[in-house]
Amino acid sequence: MTALRVALIGAPNSGKSSLFNTLTGSHQKVANYPGVTVERRSGTMTTEGGHEVKILDLPGIYSLNDRSLDEKVSREIITGVHEMEKQPEVLVCVINASNIRVHLRLVLELKTLGLPMIVALNMHDLAARDGIEIDVSRLSEELGLPVITTIAVRRSGVEALKEFLDRDASAYTKPMGIKSDTSTRALQKEAGRITSLVQVSEGGHHKMTRILDSVALHPVIGPILFFVILFFMFQAVFSWAETPMDLIEGSFVALGELIGENLPDNWLRSFIQDGLIAGVGSVLVFLPQIIILFLFILTLEASGYMARAAFIMDKLMAKVGLNGRAFIPLLSSFACAIPGIMATRTIANHRDRITTIMIAPLMTCSARLPVYTLMIAAFIPNKPVLGYFGLQGVVFFTLYLAGIISAIIVAAVMKKTITKGTLQPFLMELPKYQMPRLNHVLLELWQRVRAFLRRAGTIILYAAIALWALTLYPFAPKDATEPDIYYSFAGMIGRALQPIFAPLGFNWEISIALVPGMAAREVAVSALGTVYALQGDEDQVAQSLSTVLQNSWPLPTALAFLAWYIYAPQCLATLATARRETNSWRWTAFMAGYLFALAYLVAMIVNISAKALMA
Amino acid sequence: MMTRYLSELNIGETSIIAGFDTSRVKDKEFAADLEDRLLEIGFEEGLSIEVLHQGPIGGDPIAVKIGTMTIALRKMEAAAIILGEQQ
Repeated sequence: MTALRVALIGAPNSGKSSLFNTLTGSHQKVANYPGVTVERRSGTMTTEGGHEVKILDLPGIYSLNDRSLDEKVSREIITGVHEMEKQPEVLVCVINASNIRVHLRLVLELKTLGLPMIVALNMHDLAARDGIEIDVSRLSEELGLPVITTIAVRRSGVEALKEFLDRDASAYTKPMGIKSDTSTRALQKEAGRITSLVQVSEGGHHKMTRILDSVALHPVIGPILFFVILFFMFQAVFSWAETPMDLIEGSFVALGELIGENLPDNWLRSFIQDGLIAGVGSVLVFLPQIIILFLFILTLEASGYMARAAFIMDKLMAKVGLNGRAFIPLLSSFACAIPGIMATRTIANHRDRITTIMIAPLMTCSARLPVYTLMIAAFIPNKPVLGYFGLQGVVFFTLYLAGIISAIIVAAVMKKTITKGTLQPFLMELPKYQMPRLNHVLLELWQRVRAFLRRAGTIILYAAIALWALTLYPFAPKDATEPDIYYSFAGMIGRALQPIFAPLGFNWEISIALVPGMAAREVAVSALGTVYALQGDEDQVAQSLSTVLQNSWPLPTALAFLAWYIYAPQCLATLATARRETNSWRWTAFMAGYLFALAYLVAMIVNISAKALMA
Repeated sequence: MMTRYLSELNIGETSIIAGFDTSRVKDKEFAADLEDRLLEIGFEEGLSIEVLHQGPIGGDPIAVKIGTMTIALRKMEAAAIILGEQQ
């Protein structure tokens, strides 16, 4: 017996995702449709009678006008012309009982496509609490479709629907009485007519939402509340994540040492220790930040607050041509671009989302701090500027500011060129506030974590192993005068690149260090340590490196190196995440390309102008 | 009487949606399907509308109440919504 193929469809805020989560529980998979950023969520459930049901959660849409990729993909699937997805046998259209006038229009539109359909009248309980009463049997009669009431957030609230799906595909019939005029207006009119017939009492505005919004959307208190929430969130990301991150790093170092003590000194030991374990460690170390940040983001999203945050930030972001929803992903990127890029999923418009992903690496992430700290400590004297500020602090601030300003410029240029398109309306429903369900939040968190580990993690791991091989082989000759890395493939690449980097004032030591430094930005410090053949632990290397650099690098070189790090995508994990989230190698290549080009250009300008000023 | 538009309504004021005039939006491409989008999300002739909130910068975007829903939109979009006689 083949499983029944059911597709869930519904407008944003219909509670469709909750219904999907409750029906499928942990039996779900999240992926992307080939070539597009549209998320494919699918899962399975087994009914009482032993029928297996495959459930596809289609994107939340208001209509099937092919205006967005979400709408296009949904239409293709429902009409059975999608290149990969089989046509579903039954549609379950989820409508919010508090808002049937709007959601019925989608039902009527879907009905014209001719698939057997069930209407799930969702959040029935909440609507009733607001005084909304609906004549369900009349609604079913008017629509000519079975209507089942659901309370998506409760397992007992979906039993009736589950029972209804407990039969063979042949048991479902196509809808009758299809109207021929399917213009938005005609559908709207019909939806309005049915609503007035079946809505026994209209009910009022959700009281709690009104009260909470008078605070959350207050022109003065609203933004303050928003920044307090953000402050708390980042405090949590930085302080709570620190201990687990140290723990992960520490245990991988310990594990490496343990293996080092117990294996003979050969390539296999080096592979396991420096390639494999270090590689896995470099993936897992991002997990604490990802988990904490997403715990906040998913909770805020589930509560309904995220739409309010977008409301508050919209005007500011609109100046850059972006949407209010881009603010939190970009701010998150100051901690780390990886969760930042992953957080762009809340941006519905694909072009806006791509633009946001592309500029996310320009936000100064915490991995740049070791590099900045090292260079500033070595080259910038801490003399006072304008009385109050130290020069070191000013340079630090300038580096952050340069990233932000560059991001604004890049976004503006992109919106006028490659991500150009019709201006997108901000238009969105502000959902009612809801208590977030812990199990749903955890389920979605797990999906994010799994996606990161699976898709980004594997690329990072392979890359870490490749870099290990590049820096180790071939071995240095016996009479070597330079450090080992000089003779390795990484050394060869670095030396070959040196003439290219010469206009930036980069010597061969820097050129070589940039090769293993591709793994992550902070690796540059230890890579420089290796190139200058320094011994000792991390802190000692940084200490002695500072002195070495002071004596061997001219100031323009040091400044150019700092400028390079504002832009250069020296982080494979970011590129791997961008690949996963854009679902495109071309966008990933574009990101790497434009960032390297900017890095090169700005570093060269800094080097040349600093030389000219000092001459 | 002068025609009023949703973008001109103040916080707390109530009115009736009388129609749409997307020609008031400068960006023609944007204006092309704005009416459909407004209809889809729930703006409809004859419904009563109230401005609940305004954004912190320049009073933009705005949040309006239609029926049981709260909808957020930019002033530029609100400028295309014609209001009827005030109640």
